[in-house]
This record gives sequence, structure tokens and C-alpha cells, in this order.
Amino acid sequence: MIFNFIFGRKQDRQATAKALADLRVGERAIVRELKLDHPIAEHLMNLGFVPGLEVSVERSGPGGDPRVYRVEGTEVAMRRELSRHIQVSLVGATAFGD
Amino acid sequence: MTCHTAARPEDGSVATAYRTIAVVGPPNSGKTTLYNRLTGLRQKVGNFPGVTVEHHIGYLRDQLGEEVALIDLPGIYSLTPKSEDERVAIDVLQGKMPGTSRPDAVILVLNSNNLHSHLVLAGRVIALGLPTLVLLNMADELKKQNGAVDVLSLARELGTPVALVSAARGFGLEAVTNFLASSSPAPEPLELPVVGNTRSVREWAVRVGENANYRRPATPIWTKRLDNIFLHRTWGPLIFVAVVIAVFQMIFVAGKPLQDLLQGFLDSTGAWIGQTLPNGLLRSMLINGVWKGVGSVVVFLPQILLLFLVIGILEDSGYLARAAVIADRTMSRVGLNGKSFIPLLSAYACAVPAIMATRTIESKRDRIATILIAPFMTCSARLPVYTMVIAAFLPSRPLLGPFLNTRAAAMLGLYVLGFVMAVLTARVLKSTLLRSKDTPFILEMPPYRWPQLSSLLLRLVDRGKAFLYRAGTVIMVVSILLWAATNFPLHNGQPPAIQDSVVASLGHAIEPVIRPLGFDWKIGVGLVTSLAAREVIIATLGTLNGIDSEAHSFDLQMALRHELSLPGAVALLVFFAFAMQCMSTLAVVRRETNGWKWPAAQFAYMTVVAYVAAYAAYHITAHWVR
Repeated sequence: MIFNFIFGRKQDRQATAKALADLRVGERAIVRELKLDHPIAEHLMNLGFVPGLEVSVERSGPGGDPRVYRVEGTEVAMRRELSRHIQVSLVGATAFGD
Repeated sequence: MTCHTAARPEDGSVATAYRTIAVVGPPNSGKTTLYNRLTGLRQKVGNFPGVTVEHHIGYLRDQLGEEVALIDLPGIYSLTPKSEDERVAIDVLQGKMPGTSRPDAVILVLNSNNLHSHLVLAGRVIALGLPTLVLLNMADELKKQNGAVDVLSLARELGTPVALVSAARGFGLEAVTNFLASSSPAPEPLELPVVGNTRSVREWAVRVGENANYRRPATPIWTKRLDNIFLHRTWGPLIFVAVVIAVFQMIFVAGKPLQDLLQGFLDSTGAWIGQTLPNGLLRSMLINGVWKGVGSVVVFLPQILLLFLVIGILEDSGYLARAAVIADRTMSRVGLNGKSFIPLLSAYACAVPAIMATRTIESKRDRIATILIAPFMTCSARLPVYTMVIAAFLPSRPLLGPFLNTRAAAMLGLYVLGFVMAVLTARVLKSTLLRSKDTPFILEMPPYRWPQLSSLLLRLVDRGKAFLYRAGTVIMVVSILLWAATNFPLHNGQPPAIQDSVVASLGHAIEPVIRPLGFDWKIGVGLVTSLAAREVIIATLGTLNGIDSEAHSFDLQMALRHELSLPGAVALLVFFAFAMQCMSTLAVVRRETNGWKWPAAQFAYMTVVAYVAAYAAYHITAHWVR
């Protein structure tokens, strides 16, 4: 069915798409979409979380939250409650590893 | 380092055409350091009307020695009027801010280590059409970390003069002098992609950066190494606790003796002035009104300066951001974020410096919430009151062997009481009035740096001045009013005994209200005078009972037991734990929130909470005793 065809494709793409919160420390990804209210998304974009740019998980705070992310030029700490809403797709070999 | 080559005025000796220049830049661009470099001590703090945003106006001399005003605008990432900071910046740059004339030019400070992000702001600022000088700050770090940028190409791309500078090291600043001398015309209108769309402006910024051969610097290796320790799973929290204890000790152990020393000095100078003046009303007003007022302002300075020195070092070195990350998990349970931790902790010494320290919290809502709960923390001014009342009513018996006796347990209980009320208040505030859904915890982590002494000292002077001028005046006025209330109405040209004074009438007037708490009019008088500072209630009760409260502390304890029943004493302790009995705190809250709205609400809220809790405590204890 044409329906399945379209949605099947979409699911393929989502196989590597994740929320930033789901990445492990050390993994790199490309920002895809900020599913956040405009002022917050705008603020994150000003810091470098721009769709198309690379982000990596630098380190995790004690207890796993908040975590520190590296975007171009700077490091930014945020909680999982926020990074859950940032859609990314993995870069490199690890993209299919897990 | 400057690349600017615009034509200078023929003889080069004309005063600059720029009388007012706005300094704009994103947070973490080193804008404040640069501003301080340029203006030094020739600056003053101000608030724009109607907003809590603070700004500085400083002065710089041009080539003819004439003054040019520099307005330091809040740190902003873009010019979309989302936050109050951005709205203020836009209003000032467009000349719409009442009381501030439109700047003739702009100095834009960007971090050369994070150029692609910061050029977004450059695009928007240059598009305003004011003559602009772009300073790429922290050029020393850029060079050290093997980054590079071609300023000539960048100047061509942007249509403005561009220079690499280091505000911390002080090089490249002649670019500002050249900018003033050249009075360059407004830049060619910059062709920006759809203004308002961050993504496309960002793409433009990357293209401009590439055309200027921008090479991003590597992350400093030391920052990575230090973060491996400071954000380590186990070492991180341990170091954090050590730092926190050090800060606490600093304010309590070093601050308190300094404060006492200063107080002693002020008292003896007061006594000396007293000897040189003839006995009479004027002497009394000068010493007990004005000089005491000065004293009650100045005694806060050691604690404020010490706390700001410590916080300044933590902030400039970059550790404060890491501490916020560590504390965040705990603080999030209360609905606050990690940045509130250190201000709240310092409130255990004194709410005044603590409230001033909340300016490290970027989120306005979190900052207000922190300001509102800070006075619930048991400050050192409550201790003498607690000690006195507990000693008068509670016999000292061991409770947990040698570790804890009844009095210490009561004291501890009062600490817990204040803390619990702070947490409850924070929770209520954050789920109603100050919901932080719109301002989540997002924190940029600057690289570690050595703090610069000059910038630390400038901040101390700045904070000290802000406190003395803005909060000090209110404290002075209230002190003099309180003096007047205890010294009027005159009786045969002499001040009355305290029993016949205005303040006694006030005590009598509020007696019906405080009677249900088990307080009589004398306690009422104490409540009024303790607005000057909580511990003043002890001296007042001493005077009312004809006892020197310092020399005969035991007699005063006996007198207290006459005045108060046990339930009344418990009610008094609870009242002091919750009530905002401190005009200095109120004055500082007014100064920090730029208006009477928040301090008034806070005073009302805390008084109501204190009253209700004291009432409950009175009746529960009365029931229990019976």
C-alpha cells in the first residue's frame, strides 16, 4: 500500500534518529529538530544547537543529570527534561551499533 | 591589530562625533571585563525605568580628552525581544528607552573563540545601521589554541571596523581610540537573510566566518582535565562540598569578626563624637539616630565584600558553572536550579549579601524565587534572639549523650524550621507565580581561566557602592525614624522614657493583634525596634525592664520569664524564624528588583506566615503544657 510505503520510509529514517537525551557519553550526532517552544528553541539555537550542526555528549554530571554537551564553539549543560525534546541522528560507526 | 582604514578627519584633532556609545555583546564574550578596562572606576550603576535590568554608564576620554559616555547593555545572544534583557537592549539601541538618548555608535564585543555563534548577534546589531566597531575578544586564547581569523576579510564582509583584542591582557584596545578618532560613517546596510530566522542568520554567520578564514580554536586541554576532576562522579561532589564549606567558613569565620571589629570601631567613634557634643537632643539624634544608622549600613560591608570576592573568584575561574551542574540535581527537587545554591547557602550568614549574590542566576524567575526564600534561612542576626529565649525557658539537659543537649536541639530545630519553610515556599512559588517551564536550566560552560585581580576589585567596589547608595539610604532613613519613635514626644524638652515614647504607643497599639500569640506590649515594642536588626529586640527588652542586656544577660532572662509564658516563648521563636524582621533585607530586595512590589509582597507574606505559625505554636504548646 502506498500508505505503508510512505510511513515505512519514515520509520527507516527514525532508526538512527534519537532524542539527545538518549545518546551515551562520547557519542556524536547531528541536530535535526528542536521540539520546544519558540523562545527556548531560539535560545538553544543561539548557543549552537542549530539543525544540521554536530553535537556531542561531553560528560555527565554526578547522578547522570544534567549532562554537558559540546556544540560548535562552546559547551552547554542541560537537564534530560530538555534534551529529551532535541531530535538528533547519530554520526559515524556507532550510528548502527545500538 | 586594527584593520580599520576609513578616512580620518583632516587634521585628526577634532573631538569625536560619538558622545554616547553602547557596548553590546553576548554573555561569556568578556564584555564586562572589556568595559571595565575602558572605563575603570569612572562608572556608575543605574536601572532603566520599569525593568529589573541593571546597566552601567561609564566614561572614556577621546583624543581631545573629552568625555564619551559608554552604556553597558545586558549580555544578549540576539535582538529578538524575547527576554527583558533583549527588550532593554533593543529599546536603548533604537533610542526608545526613556531617559537614555539613542547611542551614536556601538561597540560590539564577541568571543573570538566562538565566532560562528556570536556573529549571529553581529548580523543583527550591524543591521540596525549605527556606526559599529566589532571587537573579537579573548584573542590571546584564540591564538594559544591555534585558532585564527583574518580581520581584514571579516571587516570587508561586515562593512565595519574589526579588531582582535584581549580585554583580560589589555591588548588591541587602541582600536577603540582609533574608532573614536575616525568617527566612521554608518556601515553599508548589511544584506542579511530573512531577519528573525535564527537558522538562516546562523548559516549566514558560518559563511561570513568561512570567508574570513576563521579557524575554530581547540578546546583548552586544561579545561578538559579539570572537568575530569571537578565533574567526576565521586570527586566532583566531594570538591563541591569542600568549596561550599570554605565559602561558608569565609563568611562566618572571617566575616563575623571583621563585622564585630567594625562595629566596635563605630561604637567607639560614636562615643567619641558624643563627648565632643553638648548633651541634648541634637547629640542623641546624631549618635543614636544618624551614626547608628550609618553603622547599621556599614557593618554589612565586610560580609558583602567577602562573599563577592569568593563568588567573583568562583565565577571568573569558571568553577561556578560546574558547581551549578553539581548542585542542580538536588536543587531541582525544590523546583530551583543549581545556581541558587550558593546564594541560599550564604543566606545562613546574612540575607543581605545572599540576595545581592543572586545576580549570578540568569533566569529572572529563579532569581526572584531565590530572593524570596533566602530570608527564611537562619541568619546570624537571629542567633542572639534564639540563644536568649532558649536559655531563659529551656533547661539544658543531655539529649543524645554528650552530642546533643536540649538547647542545641531546639536551635537545630529552628534551623530546620526555616529551611522547611524556604523549601515549601519555593515549591509553591515555582508551581504558581514563578513557573519555570519557560526558563529551563541551560548553562554555558566557559573554559577555566585565571581570575583577574583588577576585574575582581572593580566588582567589589561596584557592589559596595551599589549597596551603600541604593540600600544604605533606605536603611539610614528607617534608622532615623526608629530613633525618632523612641525619642519623641519630648517631655519638658527632654526625650521621654521609652515607656512614654511613640514606639511604646506603637507597642500598645499592636498589643491586641499580638495578644493571641502570647505577646504583651513590651514584646510589641521589641518587634517594632527589631526591624532595624533582629537582635535589637534584646537591647529593647533590656531597656524596657531597666536591665543592661549585655552586662546582665541572666537578669534579662529572668525578666523574660516574667513577660512570657512558655507557649509565648515558643511563639516568639517561631515568629522570629519566619518573619521578615529586617529592613536591610527589604532595602536590598527593593534595590535588586528595582521596585517596592517584591519587597512589599515578601514582607506581607513572611509576616502572615510568621503570625499564623506563631499562633499555632502558641496553642499547640499551651495544649501540651496543660
